[in-house]
Amino acid sequence: MEPLSNRKKVLEQKPMDFWERLYLPAIFQGMGVTFRHMFKKKETIFYPEVEREFSENWRGMHSLKRDEQGRERCTACGLCALSCPAEAITMIAAERQKGEEELYREEKYAAVYEINMLRCIFCGLCEEACPKEAIYLDGPIVPADYLRKDFIYGKDKLVEDPFKA
Amino acid sequence: MELAFIIEKFALVTVIFMISLTVAAYSTLAERKIAGYLQDRVGPNRAGPGGMFQPLADGLKMFFKEEIIPTDSSKALFILGPSLALLTSLIGSAVIPWGESIQIAGRLVSLQIADVNVGILYIFGVVSLGVYGIMIGGWASNNKFSLMGAIRAASQSISYEIPMGLSIIALLMATNTLSMKEIAEQQHGMNWNIFYQPLGFIIFLVCSFAETNRTPFDLPECETELVGGYHTEYSGFKMGAFMFAEYLNMFLASAVMSTLYFGGYNYPGMDWVNSMLGPLFGPLIGMGVLLVKIFAFIFFFMWVRWTVPRFRYDQLMNLGWKVLIPLAIANIVITGIVITIFDKL
Repeated sequence: MEPLSNRKKVLEQKPMDFWERLYLPAIFQGMGVTFRHMFKKKETIFYPEVEREFSENWRGMHSLKRDEQGRERCTACGLCALSCPAEAITMIAAERQKGEEELYREEKYAAVYEINMLRCIFCGLCEEACPKEAIYLDGPIVPADYLRKDFIYGKDKLVEDPFKA
Repeated sequence: MELAFIIEKFALVTVIFMISLTVAAYSTLAERKIAGYLQDRVGPNRAGPGGMFQPLADGLKMFFKEEIIPTDSSKALFILGPSLALLTSLIGSAVIPWGESIQIAGRLVSLQIADVNVGILYIFGVVSLGVYGIMIGGWASNNKFSLMGAIRAASQSISYEIPMGLSIIALLMATNTLSMKEIAEQQHGMNWNIFYQPLGFIIFLVCSFAETNRTPFDLPECETELVGGYHTEYSGFKMGAFMFAEYLNMFLASAVMSTLYFGGYNYPGMDWVNSMLGPLFGPLIGMGVLLVKIFAFIFFFMWVRWTVPRFRYDQLMNLGWKVLIPLAIANIVITGIVITIFDKL
């Protein structure tokens, strides 16, 4: 049969010659390779002091965004929670009262918004589902902690700083 | 006079003991550092500058870990195993000549703890005892992996002691003495035995890799097949003792190889240095040279460990019985012929 590509290479196993059967030359060759690696540039990144640059589409910790006037964008529609395959997001909605117009953009807002970082798989579906562009996974690596309850992030950790934008 | 002798020996034992333990402790750091550098990493560097205090941290960790003694094990033997391994690896350095005699206050102090006239045989005895610690530990654990490791250690040790002994016989034919001190003295200057016994040295080197259970012959503890080998069931400081014994064995093997084949404390130009520095500091320089040789060998051990993969069990036996023993016997024959020819001339 005609080969599809001509890249096929038939390897034949030749019996080892005397030099190869001595075994020691091969070992010295290998040791030369490892010795050369001693003087190569080290690949180590000293993590807490130096951080490797993330790729552009990196998905890290969530942040709840504010609009141009510093009001929270989230309207507690629940689409993010619905889209979440890991069921990591819960929220309790509340109605905006008179005098809170500078705080929340729409009439409805999330009084409680919690993401369980142990459940979250950082797939970014909440980001895609959000109709208000209120949630983005643009934060850093979620830090380690000691207790399970400390991994449930509330609004205090998720909402963006008001004066940032 | 007697008291001075006892004090002198006691001080020497203490110093050698401290050096052995320090070298063994820092070998653990060196191993990790060298492994890192050979693999384009940097190794441990957080504890102190450049990871200087890593051995202390490791030691503390070993002390404070929970020590588990399996319920089905025989407790006395379980404790005896690591103790014996540590003991035998420590007493070996007694016959190593660490340097020429130094002169303190008109007294000639020998830098060798015991000048036994069968020093090499003593070392062989101690090295063969070393495998008992592993065997007892592996047996007492009452674990199949441990037992497999112990069996491997025993058979490997038996197989490789034969070519090791045979390679030494050729050396003894060349030096005409069993005393470590005399062997060291004969290699004055650059007159090292490696130039007379290159094949014997290679055989001895390979066998000492096997005797110290280092890669590529670390089958007794090979992780991929036997979990942890003979120390699978060990934890805490008993585990540390086994590890420490391995590094001490490496130190001892390096010291023996330096003394037997690489001139021990001898180095070219030592007469000139001795006449310049006097009878106290001259020999100490020699001791430093011996330590440098030992460190070079320890580096070599580690370098090989991070280069060569582990042997298969049948390959190990093949190499030991079918390659090294015939080579060692051939070495004896050649040495004998050469010595006879040169004596007749």
